[in-house]
Amino acid sequence: MSRPRIATVWLDGCSGCHMSLIDLDERILDIFGRADLVYGPLVDVKVFPENVDVCLVEGAVSSVDDLERIKTVRERTKTLIAFGDCAVTSNVPGMRNPIGVEPLLKRAYLENVDINPMIPNRIVPQLLPTSQPVNRLVDVDIFLPGCPPHPDLIYTLLDDLLSGRTPSVAGARFGR
Amino acid sequence: MTVYTLKIDGRDVAGSEGQSIMDVAEENGIDIPGLCHLPGIHDRGACRLCVVKIGGSPRLAAACVTKIAEGMDVVAHDEELEEYRRAATEMMFLERNHVCAVCVANNHCELQDLSADLGLTHFELPRISPTVDVDLSHKLFGLDHNRCILCLRCVRVCDEIEGAHVWDVMQRGLETRIQADMGVDWGDSVTCTSCGKCVQVCPTGALFEKGRPVAAGTRDERPFLPWLRVHQEERGL
Repeated sequence: MSRPRIATVWLDGCSGCHMSLIDLDERILDIFGRADLVYGPLVDVKVFPENVDVCLVEGAVSSVDDLERIKTVRERTKTLIAFGDCAVTSNVPGMRNPIGVEPLLKRAYLENVDINPMIPNRIVPQLLPTSQPVNRLVDVDIFLPGCPPHPDLIYTLLDDLLSGRTPSVAGARFGR
Repeated sequence: MTVYTLKIDGRDVAGSEGQSIMDVAEENGIDIPGLCHLPGIHDRGACRLCVVKIGGSPRLAAACVTKIAEGMDVVAHDEELEEYRRAATEMMFLERNHVCAVCVANNHCELQDLSADLGLTHFELPRISPTVDVDLSHKLFGLDHNRCILCLRCVRVCDEIEGAHVWDVMQRGLETRIQADMGVDWGDSVTCTSCGKCVQVCPTGALFEKGRPVAAGTRDERPFLPWLRVHQEERGL
């Protein structure tokens, strides 16, 4: 049997959940001694690959790019994990939702800017009207809340999945 | 005083006439969740987290406002009730803007604790994301409607313990808000004594002390409302 393929994705989040993943410390050798890390900010692969077994998705879905990526991730992933509060609830990125995109961009790029105020319209992807939790847009198999989730919880979950046990998120909670 | 015997979750328990199911459960170490319930002030059955099944009744009852009766058979915990409690908690999160990570009450929040206890790991319903105010006009305290779950502990503690009745409720449904006096900014209230009881009883970060950074552990440093307990004893509750 081929080794399980794990991917990680960084949408609209602060990368803190990925930091917590790295905080597995030496246990990261155990996890990736049993599985391959095939995609993510920690890997130099440009295109999300096919046949991914487990994908940790950090961040809310906030831009047209996030939306396109999460759809691809869902199509190519067996077990999709909403990884951390932004992916689970939209958390901090969702704080803009009551404000609306236009007033938000005006505030950030015009009103508070002294030099060359302009709203970025090239290269950076357009914002969606609201920032949404992953499960509002695609099916999610496992939710691991936390800001960020504690490394012990990440380890337990990945270990359960790699060992073929029923995955546990016991002890996970919103916030930190 | 008449003593009643009843069953809660199959256990034989006893209580006095006039006690609520919640009171008797607490005395017997049976934990029924509740966010609006607070010993020392009147119960009002607002949060619906303490709903229980009573044998012979087709309806769920809020344990905090339902008096015990002889021979009552109460189910306080089963999978269906847990599901209702999770649903009620989810709706509290979604009605306003709760962002645990950046909340003054992070890790000191009864709503956050409750969601962990109930195993609420995500929301199925969409967020409402309402635009609501933050009132920072009081010199010592702040009121953030984003975090308010309308438990009305503040209303009751201000009325029943402090006797000032600064807080009350305005409007209805999703527009319901806590208001100071007749809808003035808190800092302009002529009745507020700045005692801080409302801040102490708030289960979330809706009422908070100013000048504290996020998650500074405000609640840990407070004694648990000794005067509420005294008041409760004086009233013979």
